[in-house]
Amino acid sequence: MLQVKAIELLESGAVDRVLGWKKGDFFYDLTPAVFESADEVRREFAYGPFAGANLSKYLIAESRRGGKVGVFLKPCDTYSLVQLLKEHRVLRENVYVVGVQCEGMCDIEKIRDAGCAGVTAVEEDGDRLKVATLYGERTVDRRDVLLEKCAACKSRKLVIYDELIGEQGDVIDSNRFDKVAALEAMTPEQRYEFWRGELSRCIRCNACRNVCPACSCEKCVFDNPDSGVRNKAAADSFEENMFHIIRAFHVASRCTDCGECSRVCPQHIPLHLLNRKFIKDINELYGEYQAGADFDSRPPLMDFTQGDCEPSIVYQRGGAKA
Amino acid sequence: MMRDPLIPAVGVVTKIRVDTPDVKTFRVVGLDGKKPFEHIPGQCAMLSVPGVGEALFSITSSPTEPDFLEFSIKKCGCVTDWLHAMDEGQQVTLRGPYGNGFPVDTDFAGKDLVFVAGGIGLAPLHSVINYCRHYRDRYGRIDIVYGSRSKQDLVDYQEILDTWCNEDGINVHLTIDREQPDWDGHVGFVPNYVKELGFDTSSTVVMCGPPIMIKFTLAGLMELGFARETIYTTLELRMKCALGKCGRCNIGSKYVCKDGPVFRFDQLDELPDEY
Amino acid sequence: MMKRIPRGEIDRLFAALAGMQKLYIPADDPSGQARFTPWAEGMALTQRLNTARSAKDLFFPQVENLVGFKVTGKQIEMIETRDPLEDFILFGVRACDLRGFEILDSVFLSDPVDTYYQSRRQHATVVTLACSRPEETCFCGNFGIDPAEPGGDVSCWLTEDSLCWRANTEKGEALTAALPFLEDGGEDAAQAQREAVREIAARLPLNRLDLSAFGPGKTQALFNRPEWKRLSEACLGCGTCTFVCPTCQCYDIEEFNDGETVRRFRCWDSCMYSDFTQMSAGQPRPTQLERFRQRFMHKLVYYPDNNDGAFGCVGCGRCLQKCPIHMNIVKVVKTLGGDGA
Repeated sequence: MLQVKAIELLESGAVDRVLGWKKGDFFYDLTPAVFESADEVRREFAYGPFAGANLSKYLIAESRRGGKVGVFLKPCDTYSLVQLLKEHRVLRENVYVVGVQCEGMCDIEKIRDAGCAGVTAVEEDGDRLKVATLYGERTVDRRDVLLEKCAACKSRKLVIYDELIGEQGDVIDSNRFDKVAALEAMTPEQRYEFWRGELSRCIRCNACRNVCPACSCEKCVFDNPDSGVRNKAAADSFEENMFHIIRAFHVASRCTDCGECSRVCPQHIPLHLLNRKFIKDINELYGEYQAGADFDSRPPLMDFTQGDCEPSIVYQRGGAKA
Repeated sequence: MMRDPLIPAVGVVTKIRVDTPDVKTFRVVGLDGKKPFEHIPGQCAMLSVPGVGEALFSITSSPTEPDFLEFSIKKCGCVTDWLHAMDEGQQVTLRGPYGNGFPVDTDFAGKDLVFVAGGIGLAPLHSVINYCRHYRDRYGRIDIVYGSRSKQDLVDYQEILDTWCNEDGINVHLTIDREQPDWDGHVGFVPNYVKELGFDTSSTVVMCGPPIMIKFTLAGLMELGFARETIYTTLELRMKCALGKCGRCNIGSKYVCKDGPVFRFDQLDELPDEY
Repeated sequence: MMKRIPRGEIDRLFAALAGMQKLYIPADDPSGQARFTPWAEGMALTQRLNTARSAKDLFFPQVENLVGFKVTGKQIEMIETRDPLEDFILFGVRACDLRGFEILDSVFLSDPVDTYYQSRRQHATVVTLACSRPEETCFCGNFGIDPAEPGGDVSCWLTEDSLCWRANTEKGEALTAALPFLEDGGEDAAQAQREAVREIAARLPLNRLDLSAFGPGKTQALFNRPEWKRLSEACLGCGTCTFVCPTCQCYDIEEFNDGETVRRFRCWDSCMYSDFTQMSAGQPRPTQLERFRQRFMHKLVYYPDNNDGAFGCVGCGRCLQKCPIHMNIVKVVKTLGGDGA
């Protein structure tokens, strides 16, 4: 259906190019791609339960290339686009958004974790996935192999679109803060150990930063030799663990919880938990806030009102909402 | 302790000469007061100030200089800013020499030599020019075309006037980009000047300077009928190890730090255009 | 000569090896991925085919101290900071990673020798483990690697009921001599295992790539191909492929100044990073296209140019599994060579 739409958009001249996904060698290895002709779309376009990549960040460059770009965005991706638009990073007039309703995207690593070695093909079969492997066929429950961000989906609402494929959805009452609450319940020592353990696996590949739609600086402070904090060493000391915590601070109240950081981490570090901790705190301190949900609100940490609470005092008094 | 090629030795800067508003020449000896190591003209060394960084510089003194190494360095970044701010007597670390150097005893032998330099580009040629002057009888006619933005930006100006200009068989052609009151020499860009001077195509040309100068001088030399096999230059790329391992200066199958920095243009033609 | 130990007694083998030297085995980390880990009582060999990070970590660690300096006034004092090394056993290296060591050797052990790498190599005894269940992402066959017959100081095969063990070198013989509980035999079981794995390898979907467009002398033919643009357009410019790669060896040298001493260390770096070739005078690779092209040209053309045609890839498939956008060397090969040419 998306492929048909892409062809239609290109052939009608409604857009000059389409940002979507290109098929790979297997069913699961889709690559974000720009299609300039209907022929390219017919040859290479693909969409399916492994189209997890959030394409919104590519629009920073694509919307500035001249001409109009069509893009397929899933509900969570639309929050990122709205946030980028609010930050004036994407030129809205050059983008045609096709909103795509989504049933949750799958994680090939979880399929491997489920014991499927040598996966050569995956076929959707209702709630189940038929997995062909070099060692025979397997079936897995789709819910068991969802990307973390999809298993904890916060919203099926498309917050921006010019056109819709599928039904508009609603914000979901998700369980996404459960793990954060569990971490909050730990003693400081336990929590410190938890994060030291997780962050000790970091290899400083920067995939989390480079994929993050909220990390849209032209030149990251960690890449700037003049910043004095550039350091490529891996996370084997506390100093370097701070990289992720500082990054979380930098995106706090702008992070839409798109979950791309954890999806791309080659070391399976649950980076989204740092961002969700900020989101949960912000919700508690300043009232419910969802970055990218609308155009009018101001991110709480970029806004100052006389009614703002004093975080340290609130927590001294027991951590309740102001 | 196993001595790794990445481990430098400590040396001392015994003399700092101000050449131009943004170029200084640093004289370095070992802690024993002697020349730290021998080199071939065109080779480089890694200089560092711990805490500031390490960077690769051309050795500008001639190998025939028995007592020290010299580096003419333009202020243009973190390490060079620090070097420019320090005083004589400061210790630095150094390791080297690195790179292939110029074929002074082989391909250059017996040839007429034309040196073409722009700005700080004289630094890498300084060593080879003085080497050739030292062994004057091994080479034919020597021409030096050197240009800079202004008279003040000519590196080693005093040495050029006092020694190079006064030797038989060495023809120095200085030029600056724009007229200025205390200058009665040639005015104009290096590439045009080279064409005006019009050298014998059997000469060997050695060029170093900003990319734009190299590009147009090369075009001029082609027009004059020079073969690319007879034109040499020296490349500068970001480097960390200088041992052909860290990967930074890799262009095509070559590592500039190890296989260069000196290349002939027919060799550069084989490489991807990434320098 | 082939030796064997019952599969149920592998712990006994590990305990004995760990009693002699520090022993690393591929074991699962808390996130469920395999990683070479110092063995401790009760640690199990991973069920996974390969470690998430390659075995190069043991010889070329991500961060390594080179030397320290104490700067007082105008004086500089050098301080030895080289980590003391002890002999160690690296168990469970696959044939692809072993080839990776050969490629790293060609870089680090060529003149001038990198003594940090060299001493780690000298201190190690490498025990390889034949693959039993190759993944669809494996393509080592393209590089003449036999996953069923890995080399190293000792080669092992894990069969239904045994671990078969065969020493290949003096170091391997010395290790074997210290393991008197190994029984003679196991050649038949190992042979059956080899055949089974080779049968799987023969039907791996990526194991017969057409590499004829690559190799020595192909720079001019490939460098300006227009396909690089499409191949690189989605690249995030992260270092994931580089860092999980068993053959990527680019490094940076940086310093850490704690106010007292300056610690000069080296750490992994990636040609995919925007600052890799950044100079104050300019940037020879201004966009991701040039950086992306560098990584693949290096493995497929430049390295072969300097190494008698050997490719700088071992087909381990880690980049295929880990690239956030699923772009990889196989797609580059298919696009620029063979069918795509």
